[in-house]
Amino acid sequence: MTEKSPALPHASPTASPDPSPRRSAGELLIVALPYLWLIAFFVVPFLIVAKISLSQTAIAQPPYTPVLDLAAGLDGLAAFVRELSTSTYALLASDDLYWLSYLKSLRVAVVSTAILLVIGVPIAHAMARAPARLQPLLVMLVMLPFWTAFLIRIYAWMTILQRDGLLNGLLHTLGLIDQPITWLATDTAVHIGIVYSYLPFMVLPLYASFQKLDESLIEAAADLGCPRWKAFWLVMLPQVVPGIAAGSLLCLIPITGEFVIPDLLGGSDTMMIGQTLWSEFFANKDWPVASAIAVVLLVLLVGPIAAYEALQSRAMDGRR
Amino acid sequence: MGRRLSAFNLVSLALGLAFLYLPILILVIYSFNDSRLVTVWGGFSTRWYVQLAEDHALQEAALTSLGIAVASATLATVLGTLAALALTRLGRFRGRLPFSAMIYAPLVMPEVITGLSLLLLFVAVELDRGFLTVTIAHTTLTMCFVAVVVQSRLGSFDSSLEEAAQDLGCPPLKTFLTVTLPVIAPAIVAGFLLAFSLSLDDVVLASFTTGPGATTLPIRIYSDVRLGVKPEINAVCTIFIAVIAVVVILASLVTRLGERHGAAG
Amino acid sequence: MGDSRAGVIARPARPQAGRGEKFPVDRHARRLYGDHDQLSRRRDRAMPPDPAPPPDPDPRPMVRFDTVTRRFADVTAVDRLSLDIREGEFFALLGPSGCGKSTLLRMLAGFERPDAGRILLAGEDIVPVPPYRRPVNMMFQSYALFPHLTVAGNIAFGLKQERLPKAEIETRVAEMLRLARLEGLGGRKPHQLSGGQRQRVALARALAKHPKVLLLDEPLAALDKKLREETQFELMELQDRLGTTFVIVTHDQEEAMTVADRIAVMNQGHVVQVGTPSEIYEQPRSRWVAGFIGDVNLIEGELVSAGPDGAVVQDRAGRRFLAEAASFPAAPGGTVALAVRPEKFRVSTTPPADATVNGLSGRVVDIGYLGDLSIYKVRLDDGTLVKASVTNIRRHAAREIDWEDAVWLSFAPEAAVVLGE
Repeated sequence: MTEKSPALPHASPTASPDPSPRRSAGELLIVALPYLWLIAFFVVPFLIVAKISLSQTAIAQPPYTPVLDLAAGLDGLAAFVRELSTSTYALLASDDLYWLSYLKSLRVAVVSTAILLVIGVPIAHAMARAPARLQPLLVMLVMLPFWTAFLIRIYAWMTILQRDGLLNGLLHTLGLIDQPITWLATDTAVHIGIVYSYLPFMVLPLYASFQKLDESLIEAAADLGCPRWKAFWLVMLPQVVPGIAAGSLLCLIPITGEFVIPDLLGGSDTMMIGQTLWSEFFANKDWPVASAIAVVLLVLLVGPIAAYEALQSRAMDGRR
Repeated sequence: MGRRLSAFNLVSLALGLAFLYLPILILVIYSFNDSRLVTVWGGFSTRWYVQLAEDHALQEAALTSLGIAVASATLATVLGTLAALALTRLGRFRGRLPFSAMIYAPLVMPEVITGLSLLLLFVAVELDRGFLTVTIAHTTLTMCFVAVVVQSRLGSFDSSLEEAAQDLGCPPLKTFLTVTLPVIAPAIVAGFLLAFSLSLDDVVLASFTTGPGATTLPIRIYSDVRLGVKPEINAVCTIFIAVIAVVVILASLVTRLGERHGAAG
Repeated sequence: MGDSRAGVIARPARPQAGRGEKFPVDRHARRLYGDHDQLSRRRDRAMPPDPAPPPDPDPRPMVRFDTVTRRFADVTAVDRLSLDIREGEFFALLGPSGCGKSTLLRMLAGFERPDAGRILLAGEDIVPVPPYRRPVNMMFQSYALFPHLTVAGNIAFGLKQERLPKAEIETRVAEMLRLARLEGLGGRKPHQLSGGQRQRVALARALAKHPKVLLLDEPLAALDKKLREETQFELMELQDRLGTTFVIVTHDQEEAMTVADRIAVMNQGHVVQVGTPSEIYEQPRSRWVAGFIGDVNLIEGELVSAGPDGAVVQDRAGRRFLAEAASFPAAPGGTVALAVRPEKFRVSTTPPADATVNGLSGRVVDIGYLGDLSIYKVRLDDGTLVKASVTNIRRHAAREIDWEDAVWLSFAPEAAVVLGE
């Protein structure tokens, strides 16, 4: 370093802003443990999925070929690479089953997210405007169902939506229907279940950004001659866009790959892609195809995930 | 926010909360239903709870789930706290960007993808599937939630507290143990409880990564539920909800306490 | 801008003026500790500016910064800075935000490492010493009270690090609670205290270890104005009583002038002037210092002659002014500015009778009434705007001088300072 060279005041322009640029062993350990864990159990598994998606189904254990034989050294690697094929992706492209399944997942995800927004915005807005001492309670009330097992919440809807269930009973008592309506095993039920399960994920980010909102801006807009409804669009909404984006992505991405909800509440006609993956893996034991489905799904979601991460890091850095 | 709620605000809140709570309430009520038909009220009864007490397989699954939840939440709390420290304290170290990407991705990643990829890893390294593999899977997912919770607390942590401790003669490691850790403890506890409840709740990751002898409660409930609605399940769910409600109320008390601490810093 | 600053103009001078009578602490302290060097030095605060240059630098300063440099990425926060702080003095680092004063303090505490240079504490280089082994303690701007510990726990924290016997810690904590007027609050948590109480806990905690130097980083910034002024005097009293060297960082010139024996005025990583409050106010070395501390009028001109009788400065309109000066920032013929504080002017409606007095004529364009003072903005005949302040001695409703009146501003040769470019 340039510690003893006062004659060169700008000799080390790259000097770190950190008071101690040298990393101690402890600091290294702090990063290394979670870093290595995530590489081992989050990144490496994806590489394996990608590799298996390029393999072919075999009746063996494990049920695919080729298997990389590391003992054979470079020759083994070469043989392995030669045997890789894109046949699974060709199958995915040629069979309607798969891309209809992707389309349906995307459609369900987009529609549910839109419904979630329509329901979530008024709730979040009302929470943010509630008296300050009530707000923590309201946040907890919205969080609580998220903590009670997700499976239980879906099960609760099965009781309500089944043919001789409470919803039909209620409608019948009210004289609105003569014949029971089929709710369960329909797309409607899937949407209800998804909206119900994901509502906290939508409401909480929205609430956070509504809460930060400066209400005096609306007053300033009104003072400058802007009517209230117009001020909502012109002044409020642009400020809550990051919250809306975060909430929407937080719902949209996992809904696309959702499995349990469509499996329990949905019908048997068109499956969502999570179900297709599940059945390829568990029922058909076709690991390469299941892997290829996962890879394509990941590719579809990479954009939204990157957008979500950008929002999340910005929010976290903004807090400091 | 001293404004009064408009009628529209009140209606939104009331409907929203009703939508969230009615289904759970119905579920709890019908767990005390004497009738085998889940939707016909046949009088108050606790028979389904009695039946549960005799279902040993279910109890075993519950114990397995609890064990996995404790183990994975503990691991996740350690790893997640370290990750949060790395993200907030170490500035711009090399590889920070991929690191934060790895922390946030599992929060939104569809569980079928994470589950499938972990299973394929365990097969590749020939690790027998069971308690250990489910614990690893849950740790991987929930450590990211812990990291986010702790990170947001550390973000508002006044770093002059640590400087003050050192200024008063306390070496760095001791400073971390006697000042930093006690101050962020509520967030760490909240993170642990969140990890615990997520692990207790998970079906998809567990289905992929479990093996013989390690059936978790959600897997068991799931396979029962697929076959239809049964009053015993209502009873299981009610107990489950009661346990989680207690945990959450504890967590919120701890967090409230921590916020008061934080406000004084 | 001018108006908002006007309110502070003449205030810095006031607290010192009455200091001898209003605060008998000095005399009391001298009785207690004997009249040694460090305490007698305090008196020069109340005395008129010393015309002679200061005596030799202290051979053994308490703190010495020796050509210290600290860079952050591409910004040089502290640039080859040298500075001595004497034992037992109340020393202020004063400057605008970003001038490097906080970095300097944090280097003394050990939270920043200089990129070059040495920092000596009682003659020993402390750069390699980690913060937790330095015999200095800091009071933080945010107070940084440990929220999970009680008031007593906070005060005892530093003592526990020294592994003092329990009984001694208890005695010391009790003593500090008394000193900081916190008796009975030892069991409270920080969040149960008022802002002023927290401030005193932070002070007690930093003093508990009897540091060689107490560092105060904007210690009063979080208090409201009235409490801040009270606390300033409490700090001075405490410092007199303990005799500990205090180093305070502040951006508030009033605060620095009130509390400090000596001030280092900093700008852009450099110390631009060191001196007693009155030296800095009455004898600024540069236009920047003159403008930063208080309010000043600059009359641009040319140095006509310089001699034992003083300097003659001629402005662009051809007027000549006489100023007393011991040293000259430029050779005759060079560009200089004559700095005159607003309160040095005498405002009258007739030309000054005494020919030796400098005079300027103009017209009143604005009057600001501040209660204790009135500020007159006067447009001179050549168009320059000058500010003059007049103490309102009488409770007259009607002003003697009003808007648009033609007035004379006069000032004595010893009221003006000649500044270079």
